[in-house]
Amino acid sequence: MGVASRFILRRKGGKGWHWTDIVTWLWLVGGLIIMFGPAVWLVFSSFKTPAGLAEFPPSILPYVTQQATVQGYDKPLQLFEAKLPDGSTRVLAEVRRIGIMSQMVDPKTPGELIRVNINDRTPVRTLSFATENYTQPFVHFDFLRYLWNSVFVTVTATLITLIVNSMAAFALSKYEFKGRSVAMLIILATLMVPLSVIMVPLYSIISSLGLFNNLWGVILPTVATPTGVFILRQYMLTIPDELIDAARMDKASEWQIYWRIVLPLTAPALAVLAIFSVVWRWNDFLWPLIVLSRRELYTLQVGLSIYSGELNVQWHFILAMTVVTMIPVVLVFIFLQRFITTGIAGTGLK
Amino acid sequence: MGEIKLTDIKKSFGSVHVLKDIDLHIKDGEFIVFVGPSGCGKSTLLRTIAGLEKVTGGEIEIDGKRVNEVTAADRGLAMVFQSYALYPHMSVRQNLAFGLENSNMPKAEVAERITEAARMLEIEPYLERRPGQLSGGQRQRVAIGRAIVRRPTAFLLDEPLSNLDAELRVSTRAELAALHARIGSTMIYVTHDQVEAMTLAHRIVVMRAGKIEQVGTPLELYNTPANRFVAGFIGAPHMNFLSAEVVEQEAGKATLLIGGSHRLLVPIAGHELSVGDKLTVGIRPQHITLANDPGSLTVKVRLVEALGSETVIHADLNGEKLLAVVPGQRQISPGDDAHFSVAGAPLHLFDGNGLRIKDK
Repeated sequence: MGVASRFILRRKGGKGWHWTDIVTWLWLVGGLIIMFGPAVWLVFSSFKTPAGLAEFPPSILPYVTQQATVQGYDKPLQLFEAKLPDGSTRVLAEVRRIGIMSQMVDPKTPGELIRVNINDRTPVRTLSFATENYTQPFVHFDFLRYLWNSVFVTVTATLITLIVNSMAAFALSKYEFKGRSVAMLIILATLMVPLSVIMVPLYSIISSLGLFNNLWGVILPTVATPTGVFILRQYMLTIPDELIDAARMDKASEWQIYWRIVLPLTAPALAVLAIFSVVWRWNDFLWPLIVLSRRELYTLQVGLSIYSGELNVQWHFILAMTVVTMIPVVLVFIFLQRFITTGIAGTGLK
Repeated sequence: MGEIKLTDIKKSFGSVHVLKDIDLHIKDGEFIVFVGPSGCGKSTLLRTIAGLEKVTGGEIEIDGKRVNEVTAADRGLAMVFQSYALYPHMSVRQNLAFGLENSNMPKAEVAERITEAARMLEIEPYLERRPGQLSGGQRQRVAIGRAIVRRPTAFLLDEPLSNLDAELRVSTRAELAALHARIGSTMIYVTHDQVEAMTLAHRIVVMRAGKIEQVGTPLELYNTPANRFVAGFIGAPHMNFLSAEVVEQEAGKATLLIGGSHRLLVPIAGHELSVGDKLTVGIRPQHITLANDPGSLTVKVRLVEALGSETVIHADLNGEKLLAVVPGQRQISPGDDAHFSVAGAPLHLFDGNGLRIKDK
């Protein structure tokens, strides 16, 4: 028992299992499974062959049934462990299945056909990672082009979002003017308008601006977000006005006050908004799908939808590419998570 | 040069009149202190001088030039804020340099001024630190340093010592006085602490409810307060006020009845008082002595605060509170009867409107 197990098995009061210890364990393990289970399943499933995906009951790890080339048969045959009437078990290759009976051959003695009830045989399976799920899309599809489009849209939109929203938040938090609270209220009210409501008018605006089939048509409508303005404004309200007065006495222009005083002090809130914006833009599907109709402009999310055709959904590619598209978001979270916690804590209390 | 002239300054926020007809002439090199209870408009007055608030009426002149429309940046003043308002994301050096860089000063001169100010304020070891890594006292110095490097026409200080602990406040107060003596610029200092005002100021401006109550040197205010408010505000503990009635009057003198039975003979040269007039008599607690003779004021002791070097006696005279500060340690306890003597004490007489009755 090392330090780790002593830490994990630490209990209330030191001795015995208190009921709260058990509840805590159940809660935490349950939480782990609920939160992490789907992600793990996704990652493992992305390594399954189409046959493995269709399998029932499903397995978590990617197994494949072993195959063997048997003399006298053109195609490789699947291997099974069969229980024979005499009670012995042998590894046999299945030739064909008729009803509930399976005709099998021993790979060593291909001449002799053995009939086995299908309930008496179990497939011989081994772990196998179908890496071609990952490699093939790179070869067959314009994965790198989609990736570039997604990165361009995400980075540009996030940068513009940060600048535009922080400017709005600065004005709404640090300047006294008539209609300030009305303006804030209107901005917040737009939170209640879903994309599907404004989709058609937005589309006609974008199209009359000539931004149809243009990545800027994806970027521009998304950059002004009420959530962003709200987060930043609330944070900026906590910056003392005396600092801004001090900067005014220090001959700073209004732009300098924004750029050199307010913006650096808003960094934690900006980080939070940056993470949100990256996740939003990266995962955007509907709007890019509407604006972009040329393949070479597709973002990853739109590109992924290619794999689900009308008749045939190529789940193995979809799953593999979903894993790939998840990576940047996960990375952003790993590197910026401390900003999220400090930022959220900072916006709440001082 | 740092001469500031305020004429008829008015300031209102909506229907609230914060400043009412302020007239004040601050001479070059003067250390002037605005003092008053909170909400009296002293900070607003300072911010109007700074240019951070626009006046609603009146005229502000700096060195003879009208500056009403001039922005805060161009008035050539520097301000030290109550919270210090140091830029938390910049090092001390950057904090000091920010204002100078904004006025496009050559780098060499910026560096030179920072070195000089840092030496003067003894903050050289902290120049590369962030404000968050400094103690309260150090931050306060940096805030003053940020004002000094600008070499302003006048310094505006908004309660700069209120965030320091009591001990540090006393030493910083002395340093501030020394700094003023050294630089010689005009300083306008806002505080609600009358001890700070008394110790620092050349002249004190006592304000109440947006109006100037009295302007004068600390001792002028202490010895001849113009009205009851100033009398009560300046001096610690506060002055005692007793209601009095004129019972007799002859040439230049009047006899007042206080505490129901005690008679006081006071000089009232040049004042018309008639028998029956109600007055207020102000006596500083320090001027009351303990007496044995029954001819003095007989009071009931309510509370005794023994401070070692002196004893503060809270007493009751026919329902009126009376405070006495007597030197040394006294054997007296609550519930006792005591005799207070005001013989020879400077008395301050205020008429029914609270204005001083001058004793020329």
